[in-house]
Amino acid sequence: METNEISRRNFLRVSSVAGTALCLGVYFPANAKKGRLNSTANPEQPGVELNAWMRIDTDGKVTLTDHRAEMGQGSYQSVPQIIAEELEVNLADVNIIFAQGSQNKYGSQITGGSSTISSSYKNLLKLSATAREMLITAAAAKWAVPTSECYAESGSVIHKPSGKKFHYGELVADASKLEPPKEVTLKKRSEYKLIGKPLKRRDTPMKTDGTAIFGLDKRVPGMLFASVERNPRLRGKIKSFDDSEAKKVPGVTKVFKINMKVFNTMREGVAVVATSTWAAMQGRRALKIEWDDTGFEHINSADIYKKHEELLKTKEGLSFKKQGDPNAALASADKKVDAIYQTPYQAHAAMEPLNCVAYYQGDKVEVWGPIQAPDWVQGDLAKQLNLKPEQVTVNMTFLGGGFGRKAFLDYPYEAVIISKELKAPVQVVWTREDDMTQGPFRAGVSYRCEGAIKNGEVTAMKFRMAGQNIDHWSGPDRSKPNESTAESFLKPYFKSIDNISFADVPYEMPLPNMWWRSVYASTNGFGYESFMDEMAHAAGKDPLEFRRSYLKDEACQALITRLEDVSGWKSREKNSGYGTAITECFGSTVGQVVKVSRTSSGGIKIDKVWAVMDCGWYVNPDIIRAQVEGSIIMALGAATAHEITFKDGLPEQHNFYDYKMPRINDVPPIEVHIMENTSDATGVGEPGLPPFSPALTNAIFDLTGKRIRKLPFNMNAV
Amino acid sequence: MITITVNGQQHDVDAEPNMPLLWVIRDILGLTGTKYGCGAAQCGACTVHLNGEAVRSCVTKINRAAGQNIVTIEGLSAHNNHPLQLAWNEMNVPQCGYCQSGQLMSAAVLLRENPNPTDQDIDDAMSGNICRCGTYQRIRSAIHKAAEMQTEGAKI
Repeated sequence: METNEISRRNFLRVSSVAGTALCLGVYFPANAKKGRLNSTANPEQPGVELNAWMRIDTDGKVTLTDHRAEMGQGSYQSVPQIIAEELEVNLADVNIIFAQGSQNKYGSQITGGSSTISSSYKNLLKLSATAREMLITAAAAKWAVPTSECYAESGSVIHKPSGKKFHYGELVADASKLEPPKEVTLKKRSEYKLIGKPLKRRDTPMKTDGTAIFGLDKRVPGMLFASVERNPRLRGKIKSFDDSEAKKVPGVTKVFKINMKVFNTMREGVAVVATSTWAAMQGRRALKIEWDDTGFEHINSADIYKKHEELLKTKEGLSFKKQGDPNAALASADKKVDAIYQTPYQAHAAMEPLNCVAYYQGDKVEVWGPIQAPDWVQGDLAKQLNLKPEQVTVNMTFLGGGFGRKAFLDYPYEAVIISKELKAPVQVVWTREDDMTQGPFRAGVSYRCEGAIKNGEVTAMKFRMAGQNIDHWSGPDRSKPNESTAESFLKPYFKSIDNISFADVPYEMPLPNMWWRSVYASTNGFGYESFMDEMAHAAGKDPLEFRRSYLKDEACQALITRLEDVSGWKSREKNSGYGTAITECFGSTVGQVVKVSRTSSGGIKIDKVWAVMDCGWYVNPDIIRAQVEGSIIMALGAATAHEITFKDGLPEQHNFYDYKMPRINDVPPIEVHIMENTSDATGVGEPGLPPFSPALTNAIFDLTGKRIRKLPFNMNAV
Repeated sequence: MITITVNGQQHDVDAEPNMPLLWVIRDILGLTGTKYGCGAAQCGACTVHLNGEAVRSCVTKINRAAGQNIVTIEGLSAHNNHPLQLAWNEMNVPQCGYCQSGQLMSAAVLLRENPNPTDQDIDDAMSGNICRCGTYQRIRSAIHKAAEMQTEGAKI
């Protein structure tokens, strides 16, 4: 099949195969200057792939592609909802498919940083409008009428004066021969029929009758099942193992040693392969393994936090951002706040444990799984197996949660090396315990925050964070500070406060750590916004009014006013248990108010949470509300219910009995409001998380006078 | 061979007697709507009905189910139209969706036994099912909605 680089303007080209089928299209990489001519060949399905995201068959069937992972955040709905708007097709009629991993077809596919919509919507709108205009032009030419007399609607082009109609399928062959227009007119927001509407998600029906296929549900003919016993000490090795009992378990077919790559270290384990998941797990239980922990550091959680404190009290750290002279301002302050805040290590604990199906066949490899970054997996597997990317096919299934863990490359690779050994397709299933204890974890981070007040005004804020650094874990440069040191902190503060500094005090540790929903904002937010509350109290100001006086930017002012209105902030009684926090994460600003009260048994109960989200241009308000609701509950768990602690180098939590999740009886009513404005689209899936824990502890301070500076804490023992 | 009836269909299953029902359903019968979440009866993702009762199939051994009637999410209704399924769609409950089969199967028993559950009843019946996406508020609303639909249906 011929593959050519062609110019962007020629992104739409067609050839015929066997005289009938139109099967060639031009891929249009999201961020590339050039298009790429590629085959979409399937002679059984004549049609034209207009670009990487949309294909129209000659029978009129429209297939739209979701190039990002669907892990609950709604890309499967939101991406097609954008395309359908400018393409003028009915969302209910289109077929939606997941993209395979590709190095250049869609731009980045990594579903992280809350970037699915914000990074692709402008391109998607333009591509869809371009395709629509070409279809209109083709129809006008067929009728020999001016294009201005034609319009597109519901998958057809209509000639307004005569009422004549062609469905898109009748036009794709002609349209695909046209030069795409250089400029297209995009609809105004007020003209949208789909965007901005709370349309029902197309994946919901599949998720209520059991037909949605998650990674764990993927079946391939001849597929075996594997379970792997990995060294529980995360970086340890195997001294020896005895598989004689394991092999006696009915259904077990093979047992062998494997290596699993975790960033730059190899972890060793023993794979048990069987005809069912259960048999593999039973075989694994019958293994006798002697581990080699030579050179392993016996880490304990208490020591980690002691070390953080020591570092924060003695080191200035790597300067990340600095304006003015915070030390001088602190020295001449009337009043000072100086506090340390601590956040725990966390597991991702997605409901679907890690798993992957792989089939290694020498010159080609195919994987299927709950994968957040199919393009990364393709690149990584090609590199590690010495194959070309096109020899590696990466298929995304639905993901039963991801939260960052499924953007890691270890589990697809592990499945591939097991398949390679077996010369057969295999599904590798992690147990809940594997998923919870093997990491990588969200790093526990501690913060020292100092503030100066003079004549009732803030003159300085000085922030230092101590802990493991994702940047340092994967990269060699130890001299640069964590690039997320100021994440969650609202930028307008830099304009109204003269002296501000952020520094990173790295604490190198061998624990595997990585991003976890909202990444550094998930811990920074607690430190910085708890501190902001302490500053407000030190300055003798209302916490929301205090923020308003330093966040002069128009969008922040509007958000604060909205938050005040919806939560009834102004009419609240003094010390009745209201707390607030406002953070920025992946470009979006979210403000929350939490209301708490005492229970009859002396604990703390959350009566209500109000959230206001400013994410600029948006697609589906109901999905945004759902994401903020879910983010708040995830934050509630991380603040009050669960943490990963280490003893002698081993995680102490294993399953939901000791890593406790919020349940239906633990969750408060949550009310979410979305700001309407003309700003560009920013993140949705994560920004709702960071403000919750500080808003909660600030509310508890308001009610009880007790300041909580360490997470997680017990709501029944405040 | 162990004989079980799943969604009205009888199966003779060749499985170890201590194999949990979950893995029989998923790996032998190929019905993947029932999910593995914890293997320890902690999360409820594997909930199915055994003679009408909600059980955690990850800890229910197959020999305990021998000769009995099992219903999985695939058998909850003929056309994804149980009042709970309709309400789940109406209220946009699922996010990732992984736990929702189990949530629905637990809720179905609640609604059968208590056609008009209070919030407290819902908490009591549903607190065995974890949702990491945090869809609880919508699950609660959808159960109330399904109860309404069921009552209205009964009136007709």
